[in-house]
Amino acid sequence: MISVKDISKMFGKKKVVDAVTVDIQPGKITSFIGPNGAGKSTLLSMVSRLMNADSGEVLLDASDVKSFKSNEFAKRVSILKQSNFMNVRLTIRELVAFGRFPYSRGRLNQEDEEMVDKAIAYMNLEDMQHSFLDELSGGQRQRAFIAMVIAQDTEYVLLDEPLNNLDMKHSVQIMKILRKLVDELGKTVIIVLHDINFASVYSDHIVALKDGQIVKDGPTEDIINTASLKEIYDMDIPIQEMNDCRICVYFNSK
Amino acid sequence: MRNNKLKLTILAVLVLISAALYVFYNLNGSYHYAFPRRLIKVLAMAITGVAIAYATVTFQTITHNRILTPSIMGLDSMYMLLQTVIIFLFGSVSIFVLNQTLNFFISMIGMIAFALILYRFMFRKEGQPIYFLLLVGIIIGTLLGSLSTFLQVLIDPNEFMNVQDKMFASFNNVNQNLVWLSLVIVVLTIAYGWTKMGELDVLSLGRDHARNLGVNYDGVVKTMLVLSAILIATSTALVGPITFFGLIVANLSYQFFHTYKHSVLITGAILFSLFALIGGQFIVERIFTFSTTLSVIINFVGGIYFIYLLLKGSRAS
Repeated sequence: MISVKDISKMFGKKKVVDAVTVDIQPGKITSFIGPNGAGKSTLLSMVSRLMNADSGEVLLDASDVKSFKSNEFAKRVSILKQSNFMNVRLTIRELVAFGRFPYSRGRLNQEDEEMVDKAIAYMNLEDMQHSFLDELSGGQRQRAFIAMVIAQDTEYVLLDEPLNNLDMKHSVQIMKILRKLVDELGKTVIIVLHDINFASVYSDHIVALKDGQIVKDGPTEDIINTASLKEIYDMDIPIQEMNDCRICVYFNSK
Repeated sequence: MRNNKLKLTILAVLVLISAALYVFYNLNGSYHYAFPRRLIKVLAMAITGVAIAYATVTFQTITHNRILTPSIMGLDSMYMLLQTVIIFLFGSVSIFVLNQTLNFFISMIGMIAFALILYRFMFRKEGQPIYFLLLVGIIIGTLLGSLSTFLQVLIDPNEFMNVQDKMFASFNNVNQNLVWLSLVIVVLTIAYGWTKMGELDVLSLGRDHARNLGVNYDGVVKTMLVLSAILIATSTALVGPITFFGLIVANLSYQFFHTYKHSVLITGAILFSLFALIGGQFIVERIFTFSTTLSVIINFVGGIYFIYLLLKGSRAS
């Protein structure tokens, strides 16, 4: 289990994350939601060790994440950030094979190759596995990066706005795959989302941040209601139930 | 992948041919005089070529920039300043100039110390962008260059000729003992660097991906910066400043081997640089009979190649 204890981060004089304490439920999808600048991405970066906290600690199975060796940590927690600019030209397969680096140190064995095959199949990328990333559409590229994280085969998968710039079809596709990762492979997924409806329909647990602090933390049902959303977003958002899904109607025409 | 192996083999054969041509052409049976001297020169070129190719490719990977060379850190300027100061203070007949071994050690230790002090200052704070380091490198390099120029203006013109000698790389009078010493340094440095080849591949994905994949990004970057400083310092102290051509061989390698694998890219760059140095020196010595220098030829050919790259790039877009 990942527990965040009293963690803070300053950028200059601004406190971006302010004494946040939260436990991540294993075997579930947890969504981080909240307005822009709430500190969601920063929190995710600190959990995944991309960034060091100014104070507080992050515990993975009761030991501080800083005490793990880089390589061992990379076998347990993986993270995918929003911007994936790269100045080398890679094919999908080469990129996915990088996901095996913590295990293979660059020399793939039979087992690594099989994991790469599986990850590519999981994301339906078999047909284009030898295409170069710069020849792909945004949705295909995002799927390739997620395939890399799947090949990394970690218990915890952290994704920072993976639906950014994707159309509805690809967004739904990716959320369904994440659901499968949790339900079939028993992974724990932590995801930063902007569209609360994706959070409402696909996640088990929601953590809402605002101004660097947690305002709500609980099962999806407890968060997706007009009163809670008012607290998070300062908006009156009516909720409609459709096919067992709670949809937030935040389009305010008046 | 197989294609790349073939290309590497062809390049290696070309290097061997040019080396054989250089050593044996017009030897006229002078096995006791010319033969060992030519061998030492080939060895000196090989050391320089390998050091510069390796240093440039790794430096470009850690800076994510394909038009930089490690000389941007001001090592060449440091070398010129050291040489100028020595002649300014002690004159061209002092032991610091005449004793090549002493001069070699002063230059090498001076350059490495300079690089280490610069890195120490730059990496005190965590997460400092590498461009900041480069910028400081450029500024300090310019400062050192201006200091050298200032001292050179004050020096007696006859003494200045000696400084001028040091400004251009030359393989014509390398010291045999120093060649062996440099060989040991370069082989050890690169042998260590070769174990980090996989990490370098991951580094080219960028900081966040590299850290996600369990690579100690800052640690590897620092190691690579120190390794390239050692390599550049060694080759500069041995033959003089010649870092510029690393840019050409590194880019030739990217062009020829479409891969992200540093084991291939670095081997390719090394072979290109050996071919350029040994082949170029052959042309300088046997065809132009020393009427020009290797630097001129490399600049000329390299310039043409870059114009070609630019034209090709502008047509493609």
